[in-house]
Amino acid sequence: MSDLESFRSEARSWLEANCPPSLRGTSGRPAQGEEVWGGRRQTYRNPEAKLWLERMAAKGWTAPTWPKAYGGGGLSRDEAKVLDSEMRRIGAAAPLLSFGLWMLGPVLLEYGNEQQKREHLPKIVRGEIRWCQGYSEPGAGSDLAGLRTRCEDRGDHYLINGQKIWTSYADQADWIFCLVRTDTSKKHEGISFILFDMATPGVEARPIRLISGSSPFCETFFTDVKVPKENLVGRLNGGWEIAKRLLQYERQNISAGGFGSGFGGGLELEDIAKKYVGEVDGRIADGDLRARVAEHRMQARAFALTVRRLADEAKSANGPSPAVSILKYAAARLNQERCELLVEAMGYQGLGWDGDGFSAAEVQAMRDMLRSKGNSIEGGTSEINLNVVAKRVLGLMDHQ
Amino acid sequence: MAVLSEEQVMLQEAAKNWTREVAPVTAFRALRDSANREGFDRALWRQMCEMGWAGILIPESYGGSGLDYLSIGLVLEETGRTLTASPLLSTALVATAALLLAGNDRQKTEWLPKFATGEALGALAVDEGAHHAPQRVELTARQKGAAFVLNGSKSFVVDGATADLLIVAARSSAAPGDENGITLFLVPGTHPGLVRSPLHMADSRAAARLQFRDVEVMSDAVLGTVDKGFGVLDAILDRARAGLAAEMLGHAAQSFEVTLDYLKTRNQFGQLIGSFQALQHRAARMYTELELTRSCIEAALSACDRGSAEVPALCSLAKARAGDLVHLVSNEMVQMHGGIGMTDAHDAGLYLKRARVSEATYGSPAFHRDRYARLMGY
Ligand SMILES: Cc1cc2nc3c(=O)[nH]c(=O)nc-3n(C[C@H](O)[C@H](O)[C@H](O)COP(=O)(O)OP(=O)(O)OC[C@H]3O[C@@H](n4cnc5c(N)ncnc54)[C@H](O)[C@@H]3O)c2cc1C
Repeated sequence: MSDLESFRSEARSWLEANCPPSLRGTSGRPAQGEEVWGGRRQTYRNPEAKLWLERMAAKGWTAPTWPKAYGGGGLSRDEAKVLDSEMRRIGAAAPLLSFGLWMLGPVLLEYGNEQQKREHLPKIVRGEIRWCQGYSEPGAGSDLAGLRTRCEDRGDHYLINGQKIWTSYADQADWIFCLVRTDTSKKHEGISFILFDMATPGVEARPIRLISGSSPFCETFFTDVKVPKENLVGRLNGGWEIAKRLLQYERQNISAGGFGSGFGGGLELEDIAKKYVGEVDGRIADGDLRARVAEHRMQARAFALTVRRLADEAKSANGPSPAVSILKYAAARLNQERCELLVEAMGYQGLGWDGDGFSAAEVQAMRDMLRSKGNSIEGGTSEINLNVVAKRVLGLMDHQ
Repeated sequence: MAVLSEEQVMLQEAAKNWTREVAPVTAFRALRDSANREGFDRALWRQMCEMGWAGILIPESYGGSGLDYLSIGLVLEETGRTLTASPLLSTALVATAALLLAGNDRQKTEWLPKFATGEALGALAVDEGAHHAPQRVELTARQKGAAFVLNGSKSFVVDGATADLLIVAARSSAAPGDENGITLFLVPGTHPGLVRSPLHMADSRAAARLQFRDVEVMSDAVLGTVDKGFGVLDAILDRARAGLAAEMLGHAAQSFEVTLDYLKTRNQFGQLIGSFQALQHRAARMYTELELTRSCIEAALSACDRGSAEVPALCSLAKARAGDLVHLVSNEMVQMHGGIGMTDAHDAGLYLKRARVSEATYGSPAFHRDRYARLMGY
């Protein structure tokens, strides 16, 4: 048996023995309302979810490829793929959803100093600390480098003043990775990447309600926030490179996860269409809708095949290429289409907000459709993604 | 813009001013966030009636002003701009059209004067399933001597919970799916056999589910002819489609203008975002779609005024185009606003939610594409 094959059988039997029943048979995500984001405020509706996280974290398998020294699984990329496929085989839910795992960890491995890695990475692996992303500001969205949150050197500490916006889960997070301005005379070269505790005096997060009714993001204010000097990641004024790197990981993660709603997971579009529209000889009765469902399914298939092909082709360990931008763009479009088609297929039943007359799944379809509109905005808008592809991949020039 | 009569210009001006001053989007937002469960503000409705809007289509002999569909379309376009929730469509256009098209003298005399003043409200109850499908009426009307007994349910009745008069499509013979065997009935909203449950729709507008349990009405409640109601029903629905399309046009025009404004004020990368060609072309395309759709809606409304044979095709054209238009513009409104467009505090979400509900009401673009093709013989 090859090493990989013996790893597979080892992983399989470990999962058999350790993955609790309620976390199996999923589309890769825990049931709605049972997601585990970790952090100091985490509570568990399902006690098995806690057990599952603890077991996976002890193996380092919440972050399979991170070095063992920082709490990771120390697996090779091939082994990690095997683990992933074994988890899929039994429909094991991700034990931990985490900006730390998806975004901060990978850049700390690349740019953090030894002390930072030892301090933060193990807590991310174990889900002890939940992170949020302090990038966007009211005046700096697509033009992120226009950010103005000031960070001044006060000798033994940094002092931060300013405002972030659209900070997802800032009210739930323990720590923030934040872009700040350390030099006002330059744009990109005046930005630094810094970490701090959200419990520091002077930090305030105010939730903002979304069109879908929930309040997952915040306006975040910093007033004379004192941050220890050792929390600066990389060079002073060298934060832009790290910021961009992190965005690549963010977009890669978004595309791989299909915005969390999954492709093929949850409600199956064609079944919903048949149920609400009716079927004739096993076909969706409305030919117009049927053609569009098929079109969507084919696009989704093309997307999945492309994700796989790009992953296979990524031979170097240099991280994601700019081509990943097409995936984030395509994933946003696909998820939005899927959500729209679900609502359309449900007809009047898909138009409810809540209350009697609508099932939970029907109400969720409407809310998901509304929420999905953010997919082409969060993590960089689709327009910015396409600009990146046009400029960096295709070498097209700016309009002069 | 069609060439308007002096009267129509005045009506349009009045509607523009009133919606701007009295019923802006903030009024709709306040209504949504209030404890009101009727889905519209009675005080605003009273003002609309005082201006004569409830009686636009009603002949002077019944207390209205005897104007036309194009005229009420002008008002609906303005209320669409500000998302003003009112029974204007359900009562002053749909229920009124039903009586005008098929009511006998007695029925008209009983209801039209009350519709004209707004003291009575009407609603059309057709669909029973998840999708608009007027032929599929199943709710039964069983003859019992000189009476009919109605049993069944209606799934999505616009303004159904507050209506004083329900115009109910029922199956008096033949099987669901057959155009024959459908009869329209006038049923008082307070009939004891009727259970009305308001629905909490995403657009915060009024719709209800109705249940009929041995609802007995006398044969004088029949609107039009027994078993031959489909033709009238279709004609009523076409007017409803054209009227709703006019409202959607206003809605789309307003969301477009707000977005266009944002393109001219928001700065990123040291320039207005409207200077990016990627957005310019999409704005230009929306403008194109708006203009194309406006023509269809005006043609549909004036066909209704002329009683033209083209009414069905033009109304399907108008409703399908309006549906595609609000779909496009509501999506672009959110997207071009970036993060702020995703917040409940911004109006984009209100327009988006109203767009999805109005797209489906009286037939989605897919429904009307199919109907158009059938009408055109292919
Ligand atoms: C659900 C959600 C969650 C988010 N979570 C976070 C988070 O956790 N942390 C965080 O920091 N941020 C977060 N964001 C913010 C997100 O990154 C920004 O909203 C996004 O980058 C766009 O910025 P903006 O909102 O300022 O829009 P703007 O940049 O003002 O964009 C407005 C419009 O102009 C377009 N545009 C701008 N520049 C160009 C150009 N050069 N060419 C063509 N079109 C252009 C945009 O694409 C958009 O359509 C989140 C956003 C959403 C919706």
